[in-house]
Amino acid sequence: MSSYPGATSVTDSQPLQGTQKVGGGAQRASSPAGPRPRRKATDWRQRFEITVLAGPAIVVFVAFVIFPVGLAAYYGFYRWKGFGPPIDFVGLGNYVTIFADKAFHEVLLHNGIIVVLSLVIQGPIAIVLALLLNQKIRGRSIIRVLIFVPYVISEVIVGTGWGLMLQTTGAVNDLLQSIGLGAFRADWLSDPRIAIWALMIIISWKYIGFAVILFLAGLQSIPEELFEAASIDGASYWQIQRRITLPLLGPTIRIWAFLSIIGSLQLFDLVYIIWGQYVASTAGTSTMATYMVANGRTSGNYGYGNAVAVVMFLISLAIALAYQRFVLRRDVVAGAVTERKK
Amino acid sequence: MSATTFDEAPAVGRPIRRRERWGNPVTYFIALLFITVCLAPVLYIVLGGFRSNSQITTSPAGFPSPWRFDNYLGVLTSSTFWQEIGNSTIAGVSTTLGVVVLGVMVSFVLARYRFRGRGAMYSLFAAGLMFPMTVAITPLYILVKDLGLMNNLAGVILPQIAFGLPVTVIILVPFLRAIPDEIEEAASIDGASRLGFFFRMVVPLSIPGVVTVGILAFVASWNSYLLPLFILNDQSTFTLPLGVQAFASQYSVDTAKVLAFTSLSMIPALIFFTLFERRIVGGLTGAVKG
Repeated sequence: MSSYPGATSVTDSQPLQGTQKVGGGAQRASSPAGPRPRRKATDWRQRFEITVLAGPAIVVFVAFVIFPVGLAAYYGFYRWKGFGPPIDFVGLGNYVTIFADKAFHEVLLHNGIIVVLSLVIQGPIAIVLALLLNQKIRGRSIIRVLIFVPYVISEVIVGTGWGLMLQTTGAVNDLLQSIGLGAFRADWLSDPRIAIWALMIIISWKYIGFAVILFLAGLQSIPEELFEAASIDGASYWQIQRRITLPLLGPTIRIWAFLSIIGSLQLFDLVYIIWGQYVASTAGTSTMATYMVANGRTSGNYGYGNAVAVVMFLISLAIALAYQRFVLRRDVVAGAVTERKK
Repeated sequence: MSATTFDEAPAVGRPIRRRERWGNPVTYFIALLFITVCLAPVLYIVLGGFRSNSQITTSPAGFPSPWRFDNYLGVLTSSTFWQEIGNSTIAGVSTTLGVVVLGVMVSFVLARYRFRGRGAMYSLFAAGLMFPMTVAITPLYILVKDLGLMNNLAGVILPQIAFGLPVTVIILVPFLRAIPDEIEEAASIDGASRLGFFFRMVVPLSIPGVVTVGILAFVASWNSYLLPLFILNDQSTFTLPLGVQAFASQYSVDTAKVLAFTSLSMIPALIFFTLFERRIVGGLTGAVKG
């Protein structure tokens, strides 16, 4: 197959049918330029198949993903209430307002805190847990199922449940009291100094299982021989973890961090459900996404909301690209997103 | 498997891999602790549904005593709950079907055809990973409104299919590419056309990948909140997440009932997850590794 440099394995498995369709083998036999019409026939046929197979997906994808994102950029230049065509062009006016708005600065700060704390809290704990659970212990598969439960439950349920537990008269304070830690009771949800930590507890609880599962999968792909070789050379358990496991787990950790950062920047559901659209900003847990909804749709300023969406997208994109450029570059896994662009 | 090597040479090194039988008690302790933390809030919700409001007020973190079943019965006999389950199921199944059918077709093209613009096409979908629904939600809402699909499950399903495609393509393309060329050649020698090959060979062979993708799409749809929040305003079209929230604000004083409703609404996802745990985990890690 590979002996034909120009043709792919696909095209040269087709010629028979192709020529028959286009005008018969006689013409091909007599003419030295035979391959040309054949090629055209397969080209045409291939184009048809590609259209039929890829068309629907591309139409849906462009209509409901690309087009709305483009639309957001367009509406972002208008003061627009969502009725009729946008006519009140304000140029970069919306963007000026966004970056001048104190509330947006706070929102940026909150998102920044959430990004950093998510990495700092979940990363180390998840690595340690994955190392522990990677040992050959009994009931490993059931443990794997159970730690994944919070990740599968929807944000709404998590928000509702935790919202009730963290009320001043809720289960968490009651539990703290009964185990003698009454001093740590707090107004978890409305005290601005504490609310963001409450949010971090909930986020960590919900998403750490995902990190652990990811790391476990990464650990299992490390060849067993390396551990054996190291231990034959007399390396201790912790030496092995530090010198072999962690470096080899690097790609998995980096890709997890990437997902975590993007997720933190887009955080909406949990905050919106627990704190609602107005309380979030006074409790200090508002995010870019809740700001967008509160100042966009809820107050009817669709143009402004779209501008916020664009800012949010650009921030995410800039961080994503920078991360891929500087952190993921050396990993093969990064190929999923970057490789094809070459 | 490596344990045997160590058993033959017990003097060598520390017994890292030898504790195959039971292992370190510390490990179990930490694992147990972690699982407790993971499950405690879930148990709180489930058990809370078996309590009365006065029980919850006097001892928020206590156990049910006596056990009360009227909260659960009340929810199970309400038509709202079943209607919302129905709506969520319709949205989930349709989204899954759409993502799977469109996804397999386009992934097949990307994996097995050579044509100009293929790289660009792949990038287009891969770039979709960068567009979370949050960013596009306002224009999506306007678009769906202009299409006349407000308060219509189709207004949720179509965008969910579109946003499910990038992950599907990323997972399925390597999967389909891994089908050996020889199979395709054999099929074509036997007279199968490209499309014939697609339907007779590719579709059956890609079932494992398709199941993973389908489960991811279903769970995402089942739990989705932001899009239904924008599109569905009529109570009769609510999906379960919207229903939970509406119920929680409607009965905000009746905590026990809210807990019962909440815990019943997580059962379908939990059952689904336990059945397909391996596939979900495999799919997620597979997706991450590209």
